[in-house]
Amino acid sequence: MTIVHIACKNLLRKKVRSLLTMFGIALSAWVLISLFGFNAGYESSLNRDIDSLGYQVLVTAKGCPYEAATLMLKGGTGLRYMPQRIADAIAQESEVEAVTAMLMHTVFDPNKGESGGYSAYLGVDPTTFPKMKPFMEFMHGGWFTQPDALEAVLGYEAAELEQREVGDLLLITEKNIEVKVVGVLKRTGTQDDGTIFLPLRTVQQIFGVTDVLTGIGVKLKHEADITRFEEKMYRLPDVQVVTMSQVKQTIMTLVTTAKVIVLSIALIAVLISMTGVMNTVLMSVMERRQELGILKALGATSLDIFMLIWLETFVLCVLGSCFGAVVAVTTSALTDMLVRNILPYAPRGGLMQISMPLVVMTVGTVTGIGLVSGIYPSWQAGRVRPLDAIRSQEE
Amino acid sequence: MPQQHGQVLTAECVSKLYRRGSEQVAALNDVSLTVNRGEILACVGPSGSGKTTLLNILGCLENPTSGRVKVYEQIIVDEKKRLSEWALTKIRRQVFGYIFQKFYLIPTLTVSENVMLPFVFYRKHDAPADVDSILRFVGIEHRKYHLPVQLSGGEMQRVAIARALVNKPSVLLADEPTGSLDSTRTEEIGELFKQLCRTEGIAIVLVTHNLHFAQIADRIIELRDGKLSRPS
Repeated sequence: MTIVHIACKNLLRKKVRSLLTMFGIALSAWVLISLFGFNAGYESSLNRDIDSLGYQVLVTAKGCPYEAATLMLKGGTGLRYMPQRIADAIAQESEVEAVTAMLMHTVFDPNKGESGGYSAYLGVDPTTFPKMKPFMEFMHGGWFTQPDALEAVLGYEAAELEQREVGDLLLITEKNIEVKVVGVLKRTGTQDDGTIFLPLRTVQQIFGVTDVLTGIGVKLKHEADITRFEEKMYRLPDVQVVTMSQVKQTIMTLVTTAKVIVLSIALIAVLISMTGVMNTVLMSVMERRQELGILKALGATSLDIFMLIWLETFVLCVLGSCFGAVVAVTTSALTDMLVRNILPYAPRGGLMQISMPLVVMTVGTVTGIGLVSGIYPSWQAGRVRPLDAIRSQEE
Repeated sequence: MPQQHGQVLTAECVSKLYRRGSEQVAALNDVSLTVNRGEILACVGPSGSGKTTLLNILGCLENPTSGRVKVYEQIIVDEKKRLSEWALTKIRRQVFGYIFQKFYLIPTLTVSENVMLPFVFYRKHDAPADVDSILRFVGIEHRKYHLPVQLSGGEMQRVAIARALVNKPSVLLADEPTGSLDSTRTEEIGELFKQLCRTEGIAIVLVTHNLHFAQIADRIIELRDGKLSRPS
């Protein structure tokens, strides 16, 4: 028999109380792991989304930078057009490795969903766009046969949504024009999965907006100074430049604000559960004063008693935080789904990234805080004088 | 510290004063006595006469207000000196075994675990064999895996005695050891005490109301209002 054995048996004495305290600790660990897991997962998914754009800079017509960021990440109709010649001018810059011109247009489709919806078409340059996104692979078919062909390439999810395969026709409702599906892309895990690609010139012709663009994707050379390039771009009239880092920063600023609030709540939860630990252990010490006095009469030192009570706190905290960690890991998919429904913008891929170091660190932190909160009750228990303790409950 | 012969415990002019509001009450008043190796000393007297206080002072559980207490030749407390809590703990471990009227067994531990408790704090490794032999000695070996709640009063007191004996003390201090027991069990405990003195040479100081039980003692002292009315 060891002191650990005695501590564990003591915890089993009031099972419901020990379980409730453990539950409080588990809750703190769960919240903390989920929160930090979300933080890591969101950032990494956002990075992956941005990296898979294939370009580091998006040049758009002047407008709201947040809408530009949304356009860059999620797609959507541009607010304003800019002349197509700007793309040629940008391509001449020494820092530029490649540019690709894009024109996005949406039309209302009354047959979409229950009360209709918008279909977005992204006109891309068939010569430059595929080179900028070499990771795109076709499940069936291939890119357009002509730069102005009435053809479409569907992202994986767009093909599922429209229920179209290679060779099928796709009706652009408002214009009553049909385009032929020539390719269906494999899943990329990016916004491209939900996109309907058409040749740039075809989109311009169908929607009657010749020689204009909504965006220009710019891939810079490795050695290029992105800030200097940005300054140059601002000299061009009526354009704004959205860099990858700006997009990240804009979204992360929004997310961080929410995160700070959630973190504060999590810290309050940790504080409450630790107060619970202190309360439980202190109550247990008060109830067992006589017993602790007997232990002292039997030869236990103050340090022995301190260690016994501290061990009980330790066991509670370790079991509670481990349980919380298991719950956090097993419910991460559910948490991902819930958070995704709440967030206005969620990147593709997993939002929760719970790693082993994160679990170990959180379990360690929660246990550490628990141990600190157990110091006072343990110290109180260690101070018990054998006779006072025995007498206190005889009276 | 334990020695083969002579005085084990000495109390010289021991007094203990308590404050009750503005009034000072003398629980013990100038008490002197000695306890020798292998003898049973019974302390009798009415309730509130100071018997338990004397036992606690002799057992280093409580400090006197004045006077001197010695364990063997070591001064535990006098006018000039008072041992530290750590030193007192060491003496309690080495010299004393305590038996209380209410047994004070730990309810979550089995009989053998309760008896083993002192070993946990001494960090001795030969505990199980010692525990088994002591449980056999007090006649409770068949109950070693039972919890205190499953035992009768007599059995619980035997467990308490086993626990007090497990570290081989030189002095056993028993406060009303038969207070919760019927006459048959009282006889049994009395026999056990006599056997301990004979075979192990343990000195026993027992506090009791039961004058019949006190007859097992080699000497009887009587306390009245904190004073020895029958000298030792």
